[in-house]
Amino acid sequence: MSPAARRVGDLATLVRSKNAGPFWLTLDIFCGSDEVYDTLAADGVVTAERVAALYRVDPASVRVFRLADLRVIKVSFPRPVPQGAPGERDMHAGQQHVPLARLELPA
Amino acid sequence: MTSTHKVKPGVAGLVVPVGMLGLGFPEESVARGIALGADAIAVDAGSTDSGPSYLATGTAKTTEEAVTRDLRILIVAGKAAGIPVIVGSCGTSGTDDGVDWVAAQVERIAREERLRLRVARIYSEQNPDRLRAKLREGRIVPLEPAGPLDEATLLRCQRIVGLMGHEPIAEAVANGAEVVLAGRATDAAVLSAVPLLLGCPPGPAWHAAKTAECGGLCTTDPLAAGVHVEIDATGFTIESLDPATSCTPTSVAAHMLYENADPFRAREPAGTLDTSAATYAALDGRRVRVEGARFEAAEPHTMKLEGAAVAGYRTIALAGIRDPEVLASIGTWAATLERFLVDGVERVLGLGPGSYRLELRCYGWNAVLGELDPDPGRPREVGALLVVSAPEQATANKIAKYANPYLLHLPLPGVDHLPSYAFMSSPAEIPCGAVHEFVLQHAVELEAPDELVRTELAEL
Repeated sequence: MSPAARRVGDLATLVRSKNAGPFWLTLDIFCGSDEVYDTLAADGVVTAERVAALYRVDPASVRVFRLADLRVIKVSFPRPVPQGAPGERDMHAGQQHVPLARLELPA
Repeated sequence: MTSTHKVKPGVAGLVVPVGMLGLGFPEESVARGIALGADAIAVDAGSTDSGPSYLATGTAKTTEEAVTRDLRILIVAGKAAGIPVIVGSCGTSGTDDGVDWVAAQVERIAREERLRLRVARIYSEQNPDRLRAKLREGRIVPLEPAGPLDEATLLRCQRIVGLMGHEPIAEAVANGAEVVLAGRATDAAVLSAVPLLLGCPPGPAWHAAKTAECGGLCTTDPLAAGVHVEIDATGFTIESLDPATSCTPTSVAAHMLYENADPFRAREPAGTLDTSAATYAALDGRRVRVEGARFEAAEPHTMKLEGAAVAGYRTIALAGIRDPEVLASIGTWAATLERFLVDGVERVLGLGPGSYRLELRCYGWNAVLGELDPDPGRPREVGALLVVSAPEQATANKIAKYANPYLLHLPLPGVDHLPSYAFMSSPAEIPCGAVHEFVLQHAVELEAPDELVRTELAEL
């Protein structure tokens, strides 16, 4: 880990996104080590409010799961556009991880 | 299961050759799986993941040749081993046409391979009038994030399918089906049917099914081959069908994350799989032992509905931009063009902004993420895709035709000459036909697991 790393994607081994059915989007942050997991799973890093601001969705609709055994943080929320409907930009929601990977860690 | 195959009570072996029929797999991997001990070959053939058009039109996303190739290997192997071949969500969306499409391929394979086969077709496409009656009885419930269903939405759907559970599949196998072609079914139901029929407990059976549903995706090399699972009284053991590929505790456990909003709980027609207490242990470098999942039976059983409706008609046009000066201000250019077109469409065509939808997506800049893009930067080249949708194709075409000269020539504000961008084609406007959308996120409560499915058994 480089000391300059300040974003989720710099620390995580993989950040990915995908549909979870036509109406949900789910994002997985694979941390790879306990140290990174402890950093990214800490209070105030990946929160419903911060994710909601990134994706411009209702914070009350965002679910955050912390899976210590797998060193994974999972985030799910309803798709802003149901899959395939007019306005769809990403049919499989496979490129929606980029804003989350760019999320800065709080100072 | 025929008399040539010996069954161990309470233990079931499954070969899951691939995550989707038609994707292809090494032929020898199936024989390897059968040699490990198998009571069924089970494979999923569909998903909503490719989008609503396949359901709305009842067409498959896979090509017939690729599906026939996979089916032939599985059917010949299954017949020789005396174990059933189960295919779920036939034809991508599991419509009745999808089941018949796969069934026609099975008939041809049986003829060409000179096989006698008992084939079950299980249909799960739904009649909207019957569902309307269910709705009026209060038997259709919304699933998050949907609100209550209204009749108009139900009647808008081009097609509706219900996701069947394991029961009709298990019943077809119990009735001697050697090939089961199921309409829309949950992936896990396709895999759990035979283990549950053979008396495996539901926790291990459903968790094994949920883990193996995408074939090799729970291994260290998802493209190498599918998996073999053996389910018993306390759990299941999983391994890759490729000798050089491994299942690890992490690769197996991580599959509960994939395409699931909730990594611990998965709703099935017969209840909910809860994996929060599951343990994953390496037996050796390739095999993983999983125990501890529970299955909470639900009453009444439910069937999730999927419905796709026409949301409009689309026309597109693509202009390539390479001029560095335009690219340096691509956001300004795109916003100027959009504004210009919206004004012109109202002034010239008499269509207000609420009566159609126009988007300019700058591929190479921020087309994928739009305003969410954290860092669109300065592009080297942009494909500016004009996307028009309207209630009729003719209207979408008309708007795209109106837009054509401006998409071709619009300069940046303050520029005194008329540039021309690189159109991809002539005609520039490309009618795309209907745009479909998924409109149901609801479940219907059932009187019995087979209430809304229809099974036909035939000897070939």
